[in-house]
Amino acid sequence: MTPASPRRAVVLGGNRIPFARSDSAYAKATNQDMLTAALDGLVDRFELAGERLGEVVAGAVLKHSRDFNLTRECVLGSRLAPETPSYDIGQACGTGLEAAILVASKIALGQIEVGVAGGVDTTSDAPLGVNEQLRAILLDANREKSTAGRLRHLLRVRPQHLAPAIPRNEEPRTGLSMGEHQARTAAEWGIAREAQDELAMRSHVNLAAAYERGFLDDLVTPYLGLERDQNLRPDSSMEKLAKLKPVFGGAEGTMTAGNSTPLSDGAAVALLASEEWAKARGLTPLATFVDAETAAVDYVNGREGLLMAPAYAVPRLLERNGLSLQDFDLYEIHEAFAAQVLSTLAAWEDPVFCTQRLGRKDPLGAIDRAKLNVNGSSLAAGHPFAATGGRIVAGLAKALHERGGGRGLISICAAGGQGVVAILEA
Amino acid sequence: MDRYTQLVNTPVGKKLAKQVGLPKPVPLKRWVPGAKVVEGKVLVGGAPAGRLAAPLMRVLADVGADVATPLRADLREAAAEAGLDASPWTPQASVDHRYGALVFDATGITESARLEELHAFFHPTIRQVRTCGRAIVLGTTPAAAKTPGERVAQRALEGLTRAMGKEIGRGATVQLLYVEPGAEDRIAGTLRFFLSPRSAFVSGQVVRIGGGGGPSDGFDWEQPLAGKVALVTGASRGIGAAIAATLARDGAHVVGLDVPALEDDLKAVADGIGGSALALDITDPDAPKAIADYLRKEHRGVDVVVHNAGITRDRTLGRMDAERWNAVIAVNLSAIERITGALIAGGSKAVLNEGGRVVCVSSISGIAGNAGQTNYATSKAGVIGVVDAYAPLVAQRGATINAVAPGFIETQMTAKVPLPIREAGRRMSSLSQGGLPVDVAEAIAWFASPACGGLNGNVVRVCGQSLLGA
Repeated sequence: MTPASPRRAVVLGGNRIPFARSDSAYAKATNQDMLTAALDGLVDRFELAGERLGEVVAGAVLKHSRDFNLTRECVLGSRLAPETPSYDIGQACGTGLEAAILVASKIALGQIEVGVAGGVDTTSDAPLGVNEQLRAILLDANREKSTAGRLRHLLRVRPQHLAPAIPRNEEPRTGLSMGEHQARTAAEWGIAREAQDELAMRSHVNLAAAYERGFLDDLVTPYLGLERDQNLRPDSSMEKLAKLKPVFGGAEGTMTAGNSTPLSDGAAVALLASEEWAKARGLTPLATFVDAETAAVDYVNGREGLLMAPAYAVPRLLERNGLSLQDFDLYEIHEAFAAQVLSTLAAWEDPVFCTQRLGRKDPLGAIDRAKLNVNGSSLAAGHPFAATGGRIVAGLAKALHERGGGRGLISICAAGGQGVVAILEA
Repeated sequence: MDRYTQLVNTPVGKKLAKQVGLPKPVPLKRWVPGAKVVEGKVLVGGAPAGRLAAPLMRVLADVGADVATPLRADLREAAAEAGLDASPWTPQASVDHRYGALVFDATGITESARLEELHAFFHPTIRQVRTCGRAIVLGTTPAAAKTPGERVAQRALEGLTRAMGKEIGRGATVQLLYVEPGAEDRIAGTLRFFLSPRSAFVSGQVVRIGGGGGPSDGFDWEQPLAGKVALVTGASRGIGAAIAATLARDGAHVVGLDVPALEDDLKAVADGIGGSALALDITDPDAPKAIADYLRKEHRGVDVVVHNAGITRDRTLGRMDAERWNAVIAVNLSAIERITGALIAGGSKAVLNEGGRVVCVSSISGIAGNAGQTNYATSKAGVIGVVDAYAPLVAQRGATINAVAPGFIETQMTAKVPLPIREAGRRMSSLSQGGLPVDVAEAIAWFASPACGGLNGNVVRVCGQSLLGA
């Protein structure tokens, strides 16, 4: 029997490997290598070697077909007990946070005592697919019983069939890249280039400062020669950012390689447990995983921007918890693009968006920008898609604990017009 | 659609017209019952401190428009208040959009330097207007401006809208609506008309909206004239028949009037729209009384009077005999004065009902003059005089009087005009084509609407922004 009322699920910590730029330090590392490394780092930090945990939940956005049981394979490759169950999930860039929601929910319901949530992604060791026409021919040949029959099919192969199918960063239903989608949203909301560059600048400055003061010492484990996130540029300046050419939205666009996240590789996991389990282990809970919400928008018919779903998810979450947008001490809004963060904040200040689309009486209002992404976010750290949730959950929990308590909001946008958001409290 | 317009809209014709630099008329969209007032996104901008954002948004919400606005607090709040899910807009966002209409509230502009707000709004958007789209600027009636600077700036708007009308192309139209302070809630009927395909052939016009009655709560915009009686003179054919049909479509019981010689045609028109026919000669000395008596007896008064009957007897002045002169003045001008006088006589017992509408048909000949039409031009300029003279008189009873001034309209009459002159008439306008009788009728129906009590003393041309007299 599960308890009648849910109990608290707490975040105990996390571990990740430094994030690398695509085709660089981790060019030869597989998703399995990286997630296993992140798990083993967590095992070391929390002395979990040989332990059977409730479950490990993780995923990857770009995944080889052989990795159908990726998380389970990583657990088997780690120093956790092989009896630890695991499963893969996928919700694009929301994967990591969604994994944490699942683990936290099972803990709250008393179904498990402890679990690991995380994610991994590589854009370097990307899964190349066989050309669609070639795939059809090979499958036809495979269905034949006789050698002659197989040969007949194989003779249909032409040189152009050898071109591989490369995973593309575009929405299947619109054919537009995520950046192009966001460029439209940014133009609508009038998000200025300078504001985006400033946000990017602050991300680098904040992450560099976090490394300097040792904030990340118990959150990051060096891997393959990297000790810090490869994308981090502590010496970045507004002047340098201003020189970059727009990469989305045409020549008049405002989005550059500097204020958009780069393709990157990495893995991150977070450890969640019941208070009882933490106490029995002598571990200090960093924060409670209070509640979470997901939302999706109709970006296909152009009624809403692709990455605007968090703007809907957060108000619903606030409503359910009786909170206002200003009732937070820290905000972690994933910087897929600086423009995504700024469009979301602009929407929350807009009377039309808030009354007509959210059905509220008043705008949610502005937030204190000094509380936003205080230890840097994806623009500086990089964004291996499914790994971002684990990075943020562990980082925010620690930041809340470090300041002696408080409430934090997490907001992550995802491909497919989705958004995953959560509240942590310490 | 005339032959040239057909030709120029074929693939070969399009290419040819472009290379030779010929006019490129597009087939104009006309209104059909049940159609949306405005198709496509309506972009609403405004200079800060304007006073029309809220009423504008209410009208747009009523017509179910898909609206976008710049991210300015006053505009966003007005949209939210009206229940409009307006998309945010910035100049950069224009690139990807096509607009059904651009609407700008210029009432906040109180000095000429701030006219730059208009440039900032229209510069990135005017080339993004859809085929047969609309651009509408709302200003403050210059005479009602509070300072000389404001009056200057507001008067300047006319130049902008008239010039935009000449530039915008592809069947799109541009208007300026001057709204008197206090008449903010009177814009609905006029805004709907100019946003919709009902105003297909009206462009480059200036309309003054003042006080007077507006639409009542729950006003039926599909049947604005339901329960009303409308008199239409010259109703047996051409523009008159179109006016009768349009007013009947809008719900009115139409009393068609024409000379006894055309009684059969007149009856056919009246029967077709469930109206009545009144055959008499309006120049007959007894006609005004006969009309008044008929309307009082059969319909207990009249709500809408359309002075459409008109004749031409063209000759250059040196060759024109007095008979031609007098016939045109008698039908086109004197009869209107006398009938109007008879219908509004008697104060509260007048035949023209409380809140009545008188609409005269003038002509661009009356504004610009036309060789061979000294008599006609005199009469039609005189019609504008009728509007000027009677506007304050009818206002006392909550009634209004306005005029439409048609340009080149495709009718049996204009079909007889020699081809070169006919072609010039069609092409020498911003829309590069002739109008249809229904275009004149729609403008008259707009003035006739109970929602348009704020319109009194206006003369609006239905001419595709003809170069004549512009």
